Amino acid sequence: MDSDLSTQDKKDLDKFIKFFALKTVQVIVQARLGEKICTRSSPSPTGSDWFNLAIKDIPEVTHEAKKILAGQLPGIGHSMCVEISLKTSEGDSMELETWCLEINEKCDKDIKVSYTVYDRLSVLLKSLLAVTRVTPAYKLSRKQGHDYVILYRIYFGEVQMRGLGEGFQTVRVGVVGTPVGTVTLSCAYRTNLALMSNRQFERSAPIMGIIVDHFVDPPCGSQRPANMGQPCNYRYPVHKATDDDDGEAFAGVQDSQEVCTTSFSTSPPSQCFCTLSPSPSKLSKALPLDNPQFPLVPGLVTHPLLSYQPAVLAGTPELCHTAANPSQTLHAGKEDGVLHPAQPYHGTEAHLTVEHMPNIPGSRGDNDIFSHSGEGRRSTSPSDLVETLNALTRKVGAFVNKPNARLSATMDLPFAAFAPRGLDSEDNDPMVHPPDSPSCMSPLQASLHSQGSDGSGQQDDFVMVDFRPAFSKDDLLPMDLGTFYREFQNPPQLGSVSLHISSQSMADDLVDSLPEKLAIYERNIDEFDAFVDMLQ
Amino acid sequence: MRLSFKNNLTMNCRSELLEVTVEARQVEESILSLLHTILLHRSTGKFHYKKEGTYSIGTVGTVDIDCDYIDFTFVKISSEELDRVIKKAVVEFKDALNISGSDGIGQISLEFYQKKKSRWPFSDECIPWEVWNIKVNVVNLANEQERQICREKVGEKLCEKVINIVEVINRHDYVPKMPTQSEVDNVFDTSLREVQPYLHKITYQITDSLGTSVSTTMRRLIKDTLAL
Repeated sequence: MDSDLSTQDKKDLDKFIKFFALKTVQVIVQARLGEKICTRSSPSPTGSDWFNLAIKDIPEVTHEAKKILAGQLPGIGHSMCVEISLKTSEGDSMELETWCLEINEKCDKDIKVSYTVYDRLSVLLKSLLAVTRVTPAYKLSRKQGHDYVILYRIYFGEVQMRGLGEGFQTVRVGVVGTPVGTVTLSCAYRTNLALMSNRQFERSAPIMGIIVDHFVDPPCGSQRPANMGQPCNYRYPVHKATDDDDGEAFAGVQDSQEVCTTSFSTSPPSQCFCTLSPSPSKLSKALPLDNPQFPLVPGLVTHPLLSYQPAVLAGTPELCHTAANPSQTLHAGKEDGVLHPAQPYHGTEAHLTVEHMPNIPGSRGDNDIFSHSGEGRRSTSPSDLVETLNALTRKVGAFVNKPNARLSATMDLPFAAFAPRGLDSEDNDPMVHPPDSPSCMSPLQASLHSQGSDGSGQQDDFVMVDFRPAFSKDDLLPMDLGTFYREFQNPPQLGSVSLHISSQSMADDLVDSLPEKLAIYERNIDEFDAFVDMLQ
Repeated sequence: MRLSFKNNLTMNCRSELLEVTVEARQVEESILSLLHTILLHRSTGKFHYKKEGTYSIGTVGTVDIDCDYIDFTFVKISSEELDRVIKKAVVEFKDALNISGSDGIGQISLEFYQKKKSRWPFSDECIPWEVWNIKVNVVNLANEQERQICREKVGEKLCEKVINIVEVINRHDYVPKMPTQSEVDNVFDTSLREVQPYLHKITYQITDSLGTSVSTTMRRLIKDTLAL
């Protein structure tokens, strides 16, 4: 079959397939960055946009894809696959989908390479753009952030779909027949998004039962796994892609390699793992002015999504990525345990409750909250917190009715030092029965007049305050305010206020003295008249 | 825009039907998403013809659009001119659907055609080669909970429709062959500045809740009026 193909056509076809593979990886990865993509149309051909589509290249992605291809092309039995997975802040990961570019043996010898194959590959890329937005992983990728990140992995060889769980679905994006085989692009995506914890420590409750508030740090330290990654932030310069990009300057690769050497993990030789980390030298690099139509870059700059792993020499088989967010947590999704990038209000509410629980003695629902939060990132175990709560409830608060409690200055009681001593019953309660004499030394009095009083020894833990109530003079009445209040809170009634005595006496007086007074007034009536005349 | 019945003039024209059931406020976005997905595949960059019958093609950009009333994101071509034309047609359809009644059923069609030059005095013939019919059922929902469910369900349905569109497109059935410079206006719409879609037109048909088309109702009204 190849002999029927001219040399030029064969060369062109190889080039088309190579760049189609590279663009496929770019489209898939960029669709999982979590940002909306926007590129501008250009009426004039730029000569650098393969398949007449404005698909900008992320240099690191291109570099890694080339490393995977290692000069070979996807062929029969050698598929190029892009695996998209999710990794939580707890270290759990889950494969979401696998995109597969493969070539089978079915050839179309009559098809024209120069335009028909090229045009159909362009249509297939457009289909890929559309389909990458409709698989379930797209919505997850749009909502990634502190709770989880989306990773990608490129590998060459046989398609691996075991990690997609049961009931995964497949969708065929499209096929393009060529003289050397039929190019097929397809996607297998997970349908069961329930994330189960694979960790070996403590409980085995589903991850989705955990509610952790990522705004509040655990009070007693973190239990996050040591290899928990952080979202990545990176900037990359926009390079103009050329038809032959072998000579393309790619300074960013060196930086990522330097960073990646510190985070390698083992991987099969045919796989390429890469961790994308920020390159300090690239962080502030401005966009080229000749490419203002690529607003994708600011979105890529700020978004912590992209992460992949470079070729690994040795290390742990776990995926790892270096990011910068110190507080990744996991949100609880719906109650059915399906992973959803749900709103964090559940976690916030629950964690705030946990946080404030020690301040509310006797609060309910402690055990409920812990059972709900299961394997969360708790710093204290449930038993520790319950014990703390019990200890708190034993304490006597200022407003707690504990009549039988023996009060002592050492108790955690506001103004306990000022309370009378030796009170066991209400009969001895000075609040009920004021003392007869002020001879009982109050702690305040002791502190004011003698530093060596008996009460001072018990008041070593307390700071004595010179208590001078307004208008009180200790020298006239040597008693404290409390005693003063108790003594004079029941003053005797005024005699004139007493109705039953005063009213009776006044009436009697009136009855008895009235006639005499009238007689006097009648005798002196002339004097009264003269007085009145004088006033007029 | 004109009201027209679907009419396949040639045996080679293939017809595809996409049916969606949406709330009234989702009509515009759902139809736009499907039309733009189709046009994404049926548009190229601008052709620039050179000597010796060769040509080069411009670059097509793409834009992700998040729907406001549907949990769905679709990709459209980056062209403001094309956006205006499509949106105008969809808005007209939506308004006609609203006028017809709350439970109206409508169908909007995107027809790709090519022109066949005819001799004078006959006008050029438009020969459709692909027709996409989008049938819309509008429903009324009682409460916000139903609307939220509808929002998600319609999003899932549109995802299925996009996959259906992609499957049809990638069957690589008949499309007009690449034209020469003199024939390009018979195959492509060259009026847009940035992109070059295949020649197409959008038509729609409204059916009110009684199951009769608007055109039939109009004819009945006119007849009744004349009978008086």
